Amino acid sequence: MQQKKLKRLDLIFKDENDVADILQKTYSRPIEKVINDLIASGLTGRGGAGFPTGLKWKLTAEAESDEKFVICNADEGEPGTFKDREILTRVPYKVLTGMAVCGKFIGAKQGFIYLRGEYKFLIPQLTVEIEKFHKILDEMGCSFRVEIFKGSGAYICGEESALFESMEGKRGEPRNKPPFPTTYGYKGKPTVINNVETLAHTYSIFKYGPDKFRDLGVQNSPGSKVFSVSGDTPIPGIYELEFGMSLHKFVDDFGDGDSKAVQVGGAAGFCVPRKKFDKITIGYKGKLSGNSLPTGGSMMIFNSSRSMYNVLHNYLDFFVEESCGQCTPCRVGTQQLLLGIEAVKKGEKPSSYLDKLLKLAETMRLTAKCGLGQSVANSFESIVENFREEMIY
Amino acid sequence: MEDVKQKVKELSLKYGRAEENLLPILQGIVETEGYISEEAMVEVARELDISAAHVYGTTTFYSFLDTRPKGKYVIRVCKTISCMMKGKNEIIRELENVLRIKLGETTHDGLFTLRETNCLGQCHKGPAILLNDVPYTDLTPTKIRKIVNDIRKKENVSN
Ligand SMILES: Cc1cc2nc3c(=O)[nH]c(=O)nc-3n(C[C@H](O)[C@H](O)[C@H](O)COP(=O)(O)O)c2cc1C
Ligand code: SF4
Repeated sequence: MQQKKLKRLDLIFKDENDVADILQKTYSRPIEKVINDLIASGLTGRGGAGFPTGLKWKLTAEAESDEKFVICNADEGEPGTFKDREILTRVPYKVLTGMAVCGKFIGAKQGFIYLRGEYKFLIPQLTVEIEKFHKILDEMGCSFRVEIFKGSGAYICGEESALFESMEGKRGEPRNKPPFPTTYGYKGKPTVINNVETLAHTYSIFKYGPDKFRDLGVQNSPGSKVFSVSGDTPIPGIYELEFGMSLHKFVDDFGDGDSKAVQVGGAAGFCVPRKKFDKITIGYKGKLSGNSLPTGGSMMIFNSSRSMYNVLHNYLDFFVEESCGQCTPCRVGTQQLLLGIEAVKKGEKPSSYLDKLLKLAETMRLTAKCGLGQSVANSFESIVENFREEMIY
Repeated sequence: MEDVKQKVKELSLKYGRAEENLLPILQGIVETEGYISEEAMVEVARELDISAAHVYGTTTFYSFLDTRPKGKYVIRVCKTISCMMKGKNEIIRELENVLRIKLGETTHDGLFTLRETNCLGQCHKGPAILLNDVPYTDLTPTKIRKIVNDIRKKENVSN
């Protein structure tokens, strides 16, 4: 038997459907108090960027407008991530409740779930859940409504401003920021956009209070996190764990005994080699050079039979296809990185060419318009620097 | 193509003639017609009173909005790293053999189209495919052959 060292939590997936109570409870308190709880909980966005959720709601509440929106980001397209689907399948009412409370606070009457096209099969069940939820709202005299908006197969539409463009009937091309969604979101109106998991966490915070949430995790990253574990592991799947765990412990629990690297945060994330496992913890704040790595939840484990060249090649291929093509650093950069590592591997370019490619990746980080192009450098640098010989031979 | 015209009209009525309903309308066309023809794009542009170039631009951006005819059953094999590590190439090889087509092609009888796609979010159960809208996971060459043959039986075609 696997020795289980990391504490498994059961907060998000705990089936405790008391939607009416929670809504009653939050609606009957001064809504500012409810938001102060959310801020005090320290909940940060679970979609990857880690923005404080309470602050996001507050800023949107303060924005003046005749119309506002709440959007649940269920575009879940980061390679290695599958937790949002599980949440929407098992505890959709938590997500819906989070949306309704948010709507009440910011003054939005309409919410949307932007569901990736690949998850179309969820729609029948989700529609039933939404209808049930609307009935509860009706009984409380609340007119907030939630609709599903279906995506059509484009990873970039998970980026919030691309998502708005897509909902407006356009190509999913990210906008310049600022303005941010809190003042200029869907249809140019103030919009709260949150990840599925973020919204589900608000349910627990409303139910149990901020302190209970703060008890979990570490200072900068309170609460639990749902991890999607895949790759070379005997136990792939979805696990709710505390933030702040060490990668070393994680690998002890989930690896197959021969783990050579872990990709934290998907194709857009960082690759950590074995020799650094004990130096890395999982949570927000800090970069690979520090000792803490953020993740939207994707944890892919590679054992020593895997070629890291193939892994990087697969990621770059993904970025080439999913780049929206709007800005040159990303459109051309992703292609050149892919062609570049192929050329080095074939011996058409000397190994020193990798240094040029590293510079290109760094330039993309600085000049690309959105998170997609900026984050290519994360996996590129961490794989090339740690597994340089595998790129050459 | 009166059919397409009619269909576009129906969809515009159902979703509303505003630009923000473009995606649902285009998705609706793919659902019933299988793909979005140039006529359909022009028709949508007319109904929503936007430029055909806008409709074309949006259509071609999304991988699920096909602009060419495809098979009745579209098999999308996940090619992202987790599925690759679990043997997606063997699944593709098996499919190319049973269907007697290459990746990207459609069978002569118009029944199957074989494609690759990016992460389906089934990484813990790879290799995975999407058969039209439905995911099939933990596949083996034997399982995938059976899936294809079951469809053929249902559609009454011999191998
Ligand atoms: C290329 C790209 C893809 C993204 N995909 C997703 C996604 O699938 N789901 C998600 O919740 N956030 C995604 N994000 C982050 C969103 O832009 C946004 O930060 C998030 O939805 C905010 O919600 P949160 O604060 O609850 O995390 C993506 C960002 C980028 C740059
Ligand atoms: S960085 Fe890439 S995905 Fe983002 S706007 Fe530029 S081209 Fe598009």
